Amino acid sequence: MSSLNPLNALPQGFTHRRRRGAELFLLLLSLVVGVGGYAAVGLGVEGEIPVNIIGYGVWLTALCLVSHVAVRYLAPYADPVLLPIVAALNGLGLAIIYRIDLANLAADDDANTFSSDQLIWMTLGVALFIGVLLVVRDHRRLQAFTYTSGFAAIVLLIMPLLPVIGVTRNGARIWINLLGFSFQPGEVAKVMLVIFFAGYLVLHRDALALAGRRVVGIDLPRGRDLGPILVMWLISLGVLVFQRDLGSSLLFFGLFLVMLYVATERPGWLVVGTTLFAGGAYAGFLLFSHVQARVDAWLNPFDPDVNSYQIVQGMYGMAWGGLIGRGLGQGDPTLIPFSYSDFIVASIGEELGLTGVMAVIVLYGLIVERALRTALVARDAFGKLIATGLGVVFALQVFVVIGGVTKLIPLTGLTTPFLSYGGSSLVANWFIVGLLLRISDQARRPLPDLAGDGDGADDGMDDSTQVVKL
Amino acid sequence: MNKPIRTMSIVCMLLFVGLLLNSTLLQYVQAGDLNSRDDNKRVRDAEYSRKRGAIIAGGQAVAESVPVDDAYKYLRTYPQPFKYAHLTGYYSYTYGRDAVESTQNEILSGSDPRLFVNRVVDLIGNTQPKGGSVKLTVDPAAQDAAFAGLRALGKQAEGAVVALEPTTGKILAMVSNPTYNPEALSSHDFSKVQENRERLLAAENKPLLNRATQEIYPPGSTFKLVTAAAALESGQYRPDSLVKGGDSLDLPQTDNDLPNYATGICGTTKITLTQALAQSCNTSFGSIGMQLGDEALREQSEKFGFGDVYLDDLTRQAESRFPAGDVDDPLTAYSAIGQYEVAATPLQMAMVAAGIANGGTVMRPYLVDEVRAPDLSVLDKTNPEPFRDAMSSTTARDLTQMMVETVDNGTASPAAMPGIKVAGKTGTAQSQADRPNYAWFVSFAPADNPEVAVAVLVEDAGVANDLISGGGLAAPIAKSVMEAVMNK
Repeated sequence: MSSLNPLNALPQGFTHRRRRGAELFLLLLSLVVGVGGYAAVGLGVEGEIPVNIIGYGVWLTALCLVSHVAVRYLAPYADPVLLPIVAALNGLGLAIIYRIDLANLAADDDANTFSSDQLIWMTLGVALFIGVLLVVRDHRRLQAFTYTSGFAAIVLLIMPLLPVIGVTRNGARIWINLLGFSFQPGEVAKVMLVIFFAGYLVLHRDALALAGRRVVGIDLPRGRDLGPILVMWLISLGVLVFQRDLGSSLLFFGLFLVMLYVATERPGWLVVGTTLFAGGAYAGFLLFSHVQARVDAWLNPFDPDVNSYQIVQGMYGMAWGGLIGRGLGQGDPTLIPFSYSDFIVASIGEELGLTGVMAVIVLYGLIVERALRTALVARDAFGKLIATGLGVVFALQVFVVIGGVTKLIPLTGLTTPFLSYGGSSLVANWFIVGLLLRISDQARRPLPDLAGDGDGADDGMDDSTQVVKL
Repeated sequence: MNKPIRTMSIVCMLLFVGLLLNSTLLQYVQAGDLNSRDDNKRVRDAEYSRKRGAIIAGGQAVAESVPVDDAYKYLRTYPQPFKYAHLTGYYSYTYGRDAVESTQNEILSGSDPRLFVNRVVDLIGNTQPKGGSVKLTVDPAAQDAAFAGLRALGKQAEGAVVALEPTTGKILAMVSNPTYNPEALSSHDFSKVQENRERLLAAENKPLLNRATQEIYPPGSTFKLVTAAAALESGQYRPDSLVKGGDSLDLPQTDNDLPNYATGICGTTKITLTQALAQSCNTSFGSIGMQLGDEALREQSEKFGFGDVYLDDLTRQAESRFPAGDVDDPLTAYSAIGQYEVAATPLQMAMVAAGIANGGTVMRPYLVDEVRAPDLSVLDKTNPEPFRDAMSSTTARDLTQMMVETVDNGTASPAAMPGIKVAGKTGTAQSQADRPNYAWFVSFAPADNPEVAVAVLVEDAGVANDLISGGGLAAPIAKSVMEAVMNK
């Protein structure tokens, strides 16, 4: 059979291997990172292996094994690389947070500690991950929740602005306080938005793609089709204005643009959207002092009149780390405000050096690569769009936060996925991985045997007639 | 949809490559610069736990670290605090470093690449690495004389003294007054340090400022040496050429006349160039300046180092300046006598004297003679280096003779020494009406085989204007510094 499948471009008859054994092996390696890092922190800071290493190690191992077993049974064809990478990042993050806890405790007996909370959040994240695999047996079912997701995303985005539950912290109003827990709903809204965009675009991509006119070589869309993009633009500007959250604003809008481009295959959208965003960002720069402050700190970090303490300390920390780092426990990461969350990459740079930072960036790159690969082989448009959206949102977030910390772009407050301390972020990212594994399981699963019908496999490929496995 | 997905994966790859490159830039390429910044607490903490090397002048430490019983292990002390403050600088935990403490920080703190082997040995032997020491070019006798001379004018007298060795460019003495105690900024009592620093910053007479290198002042008649050099170099003048004398110079395009310091000193119509310098005749040098033109004066001043930074061993050297752009004739006349917008550091004027003394070659001034490893072996010795050829040796010889004449039979007589030929030039520069005149003196000795060139500036000694003159206030200080160097 020489005909190619129109959607996944794989030769007929090719089946992906499950590779669950490879996944288990990689998971053991990532456990070495997590548990080894934890032990190294104890050795570096206090000169001895932490007393609770057994309990900690067993717990981490259990989380990894449980998630592995869940994947083995619930998504046997899922990508084998994603879970180990995520486990390694999460383990490394835990070790670094523990290291900063120890430093804070040494300075002040009553200091807040974060590592045990983070372990609880990770446990919840893994539970949610398994829950996703368990409940969402076919991602296409999510398409039914397109508008529900969109609505939920908007509600989540508005929540921090509400009185009583909304909280302003460090200048950004992106938190809510519920029953003594604080939560960043934006992190969850991110996932909801991906689902909403995917569902919306699957339905409307033809209209968006085909109608329009050509101006100086660029296909511009029709005016009426601009509606949703303008709404999205307004929402992200709203996030920027009312929540003072530059990073999320950029993230949401970038995500929407990319998904629009992928759905319609028309670069014109990117041109229109980037222009809109640039205009909005420039207006934001002119209108809002907090945006100007960030740009100032980026351009002139060493100007004594500019409030750039955090970014400068981050740069000093990374420079002090050099190529191979000071070693866990040998640096001074607590000099950097939020060294356990937004600036955790600077802490890694200080103690694990350029080597450690590069390893982390490459791990993130691999996650994005696996997500986009999943999008390429996915057999349905909805799955392709979700996988692309999740991959791109991940890439953008990593770029915005690490780029901000390393002074490539102005600093905006976003969490570093899986590394930063923060429950909402961790749980939402485990949720994302669950979805990705589900889509890749669907994409890599051997096709149901429909060849016996006689008139070619192409009919069987069609989205609308493919058998939905329930 | 696969084509845009592939495009996006390339975009994402570019984003990640950007991150990788940028972190390499930060942690590898720029790391050295970031680590050497003054406000970098990490590096400072690491430095503080090591024994910092000493700064040595004439075999005595003028800055050294002594072990103390607190969290920082070593305290920086300055055995002769006020006298050497502007050379050593301070070493403050909160406010960073200044002067040699700053420029030689890598050696002193032990992080210099030249100390790499020592660090490896320390690492293997498990001993705390130590910093190397820095030996200054300063001659303590000259420094003492300069400091005593300025202080004799009053504890708060504002001024500066610079002494150079003409043949090498070594800084033999450099004093700026009012001064401060670096220990007040280097203490471990940080609230006290903050208080002290605020007090020093707020003080009107700017004790933290090194007047010898960090501020420029109108050089007044001492600038006539530059004008005279330009005149001799132009080939149109010789020391015995007759130039305009008289009591005043009519300035073209204006109603103003340029008078002399006193009437009757510069003859009636014509005098020789030598006489004009000896009596510091404004009329003569004003007219020479207009005749040579501002361009020639600017070029000559730049050959001495105006408009340039040449001293690397101290922080924030100010650039001396000759006004830029087209200067009209009357202002060129004022410029030629060191007024209008001409301004120079005392170091610069010492370099003018040293250049003349050294046969026309200005040597690059330097303060750090040697850097040494903790075991006192010499790691590096500064080699004297010619900076500019300011004039021909003939011009230098003629000008020296003219300056000797100025000491023997002219305004610079207070610097005369029995049995030794001294070359000198006074200066008294007017500035705004509401502040005292600047008294200057530049000189070198012995004139036939120069060992030392000096520039003295007295900015404000609390003396009435009619008592201020370069010869009266500044020359005695220059004389005692020259004697201190030669008596060795």
